[in-house]
Amino acid sequence: MTEYTPANVGTVTRYVVVESYTVTPADVAIRAYEIAKGVMVKENCFGLVIMGKEEDVDRVIAEVRKMDPAHIFVKDRGFPPGDPRRCRATLGGARPGFHGIEFEMEILPYISHALEELDSRDAATIPAPKNSLNVPRLDVYTLKKMIDAQEP
Amino acid sequence: MAKVLIYPATSLILSDMVTRFGHTPLGSAIAIRERVQTPGLESVPLQITPEEPKKGLRWAAVEVPSGVRGRMSLYGPMVEECDAAIIINNADLAFGCMGCARTNELLKFLIRQKDMPKIELEYPRNEAEGTQFVAAIKRFLSDLGGKK
Repeated sequence: MTEYTPANVGTVTRYVVVESYTVTPADVAIRAYEIAKGVMVKENCFGLVIMGKEEDVDRVIAEVRKMDPAHIFVKDRGFPPGDPRRCRATLGGARPGFHGIEFEMEILPYISHALEELDSRDAATIPAPKNSLNVPRLDVYTLKKMIDAQEP
Repeated sequence: MAKVLIYPATSLILSDMVTRFGHTPLGSAIAIRERVQTPGLESVPLQITPEEPKKGLRWAAVEVPSGVRGRMSLYGPMVEECDAAIIINNADLAFGCMGCARTNELLKFLIRQKDMPKIELEYPRNEAEGTQFVAAIKRFLSDLGGKK
């Protein structure tokens, strides 16, 4: 094992995911570059990766979020942008972790719709979702019945 | 501002909701960042060294596979640190190998055992469920003292 000297110590990296029909990742990237001052901004297919001191990153994110608050989402990332241990440029194929974002991007339109609705509606007036532990699943007995019902 | 543990720990939606409603999300990225930014011995890709399964002994017994203990060294400290938790059950996103599956079970068990505010949901499948999902999270986080 060799010695490991980390780069970019003390920085944070965040993803900005754009799921909007009025704003594109390129628009958000241009706005972020305008106010980037000391922050690294990398544009990608679904949004941006922003790295820098936490307060600077938060400042840029707060500003770009204003472009479409209900359709721009943010999450933390462990690695800096372009890190060879994670970047698909060196590994090939989709970056590990992309599939998670891809899965949730299918749900983001429902979340955006809800956020817009909650701007004009009180959350207390909306009924609670069904208890997830009580949602009926396909049990083994039903599955066995279905298997037995198959033509040989 | 409360520290809210999210499960699945890599969830974009939960991470964003928690930040949006004024709290701090605790997810895998935070634990990985800590390791990636700490000097030591090189252990690509996640800087998980042979020390991690030893640290994981705090949350899992010695006969539990090292893969689970290694993963628990990331999540265990967050379970202890968090003030509240949001769990999404039956999340396809959390699907993984047996090590991930057993760690997920243990993680959910530890969250449910801890005496703290927690909420369990499922991913929405349409707009109506989406509204209920976001409203439930908003109510939960507002009760913790976040933004209204």
